[in-house]
Amino acid sequence: MSPPDDRSEPAKLDPALTALAARRMRVGLGLTALVVAAYFGFVLLVAFAPASVGALAAPGLSWAILLGAALIVLSWLLTGAYARWANDSYDAEVTRLRGERGAP
Amino acid sequence: MSTAALGQPNPVAIGFFLLFIALTMGVTYWAARRTKSTHDFYAAGGGITAVQNGFALAGDYMSAASFLGIAGMVALKGFDGLMYAIGFLVGWPVVMFLVAEPLRNLGRYTFTDVVAFRLRQVPVRIAAACGGLAVVAFYLIAQMVGAGNLIQLMFGLPYEWAVLIVGCVMLAYVLFGGMLATTWVQIIKAVLLLGGATALAALVLARFAFNPLALFDAAAVRYGAASLGPGSLVANPWDAVSLGLALMFGTAGLPHILMRFYTVPDAKAARQSVFYATGLIGYFYLVTFILGFGAAVIVGRDAILAIDKGGNMAAPLLAAAVGGTGFLGFIAAVAFATILAVVAGLTLSGAASLSHDLWVHVVRGGQAEAAEQLGVARVATVLLGVVAIALGIVFKGQNVAFMVGLAFAIAASANLTALVLSVFWRGFTTAGAVASMGAGTLASLVLIALSPTVLVDILHHEAAWFPLKNPALVALPLSFVTGVVVSWLWPEPAAQEGFAALERRSLLGPEA
Repeated sequence: MSPPDDRSEPAKLDPALTALAARRMRVGLGLTALVVAAYFGFVLLVAFAPASVGALAAPGLSWAILLGAALIVLSWLLTGAYARWANDSYDAEVTRLRGERGAP
Repeated sequence: MSTAALGQPNPVAIGFFLLFIALTMGVTYWAARRTKSTHDFYAAGGGITAVQNGFALAGDYMSAASFLGIAGMVALKGFDGLMYAIGFLVGWPVVMFLVAEPLRNLGRYTFTDVVAFRLRQVPVRIAAACGGLAVVAFYLIAQMVGAGNLIQLMFGLPYEWAVLIVGCVMLAYVLFGGMLATTWVQIIKAVLLLGGATALAALVLARFAFNPLALFDAAAVRYGAASLGPGSLVANPWDAVSLGLALMFGTAGLPHILMRFYTVPDAKAARQSVFYATGLIGYFYLVTFILGFGAAVIVGRDAILAIDKGGNMAAPLLAAAVGGTGFLGFIAAVAFATILAVVAGLTLSGAASLSHDLWVHVVRGGQAEAAEQLGVARVATVLLGVVAIALGIVFKGQNVAFMVGLAFAIAASANLTALVLSVFWRGFTTAGAVASMGAGTLASLVLIALSPTVLVDILHHEAAWFPLKNPALVALPLSFVTGVVVSWLWPEPAAQEGFAALERRSLLGPEA
């Protein structure tokens, strides 16, 4: 095995970066969990309670179709929410940290 | 009913198709003059905007399976077909939340760059390239066979000719125009597909006072209210769960999709492009709700089944019914263009895997002249083009529907697992990565071979060894657990020390 090649890299991140990493991870994993819960909630309903989701919410509209369409719209809105968060709050912090460490 | 118009050489279809070829060849000529370096060839020089990449991602993702397959399934099975549409979309938030930024910040041309970032290059590159190439190969076979069948049905062109034309035109795009031409082919195709589907839906809804519920109600009246709810899909509920898992986590492991994030200038553009792509694809799938039920009501299930048992001709038949032969020609040309563009994207990502991952990083140890890299990439492109045409012809008449599911299962349980563990978990090791990708790929292949799709539907055995049609429910957890356990048992200090550099660059970008 060759020795680790990290002459210039710090072995640990500094606290500001660690905090940023933790925040990104929380938001990313949290939103992923939300979509996973929504989608698998829907799949489990379809799989194990087909009769109830097959019932009509309105003439021509079953709960299954309504929830399915809502899931598509929700997915899109969540990607928008993430992009909004990242563009505003996260990128500002990235720019600040980059500036602190000098121009590339 | 103008069903007789199908399978005949349709002058409007041929005219529109030639127009598309002329336009995209012009784009390729323009792009070829701008494609000089490997960075141009693989990543369009990194100069694609977020909106352009959003359309191109949508173009790469919306295959003929999306357009013709889902419309057909909805027409024949009602709500069950929509499960696919929904599953294909919910993978996109996962792309956004977990992979878009790290991928853009850590890699150069392939997702393998990211998996191998702080691990030992040679073993990880080989394993990841195998996973990536397996996904590309199965996806490519499905597209080529689909192309041959569809074009035969719609244009009356012999199957082999259709496969050959798709292969050669696609080769011209990729070989000469690289990623820049491929990107614009995707954009043009996405606009055509979205425009064509919207026009078709509008013509359908015009008959129902522009009220989709009136259309769905008409379907319920004709085929029973049950067609608006879950049907035969739930014969085995775990099938639905396993398929859902593959679709949800497979999207974020498709090499040709992941590669697109290198074409934009920075992480911000990468995430903006996912937002646009998700909106476009989501809109498209909502439109397929209308096309599918529209075909069921206006064309009728019997007429659709009479042409093709798989139901793939539902949308073209609907076009003929509501817009006449001219409109059918337009939709047929759009479907052809759709296949062509997806095949081009797949080939380019396969070529990147062969040349950038295997040739440059494994054979040459990361050191290769720019001219050599570009030359190898072009040779790899021709090779893949020939293989695609050959596979398309070899698999003629075979039922390859399971191959897309298999591609998604491997993408989820080999590529995505390794990608996520590598980016988010300090303790991940080279051995863990190789074991995880190997287990995921192998489990997917073996379980699909033992599944009802292959044993019962294709080989006509009485029963299958493995009860599920899609292997993801087993393969995905297996690859995850394998990666974690192997990494725990044999820790790799060098990989752990490299994690800080990875995290720093993943957050701040390559510039910092």
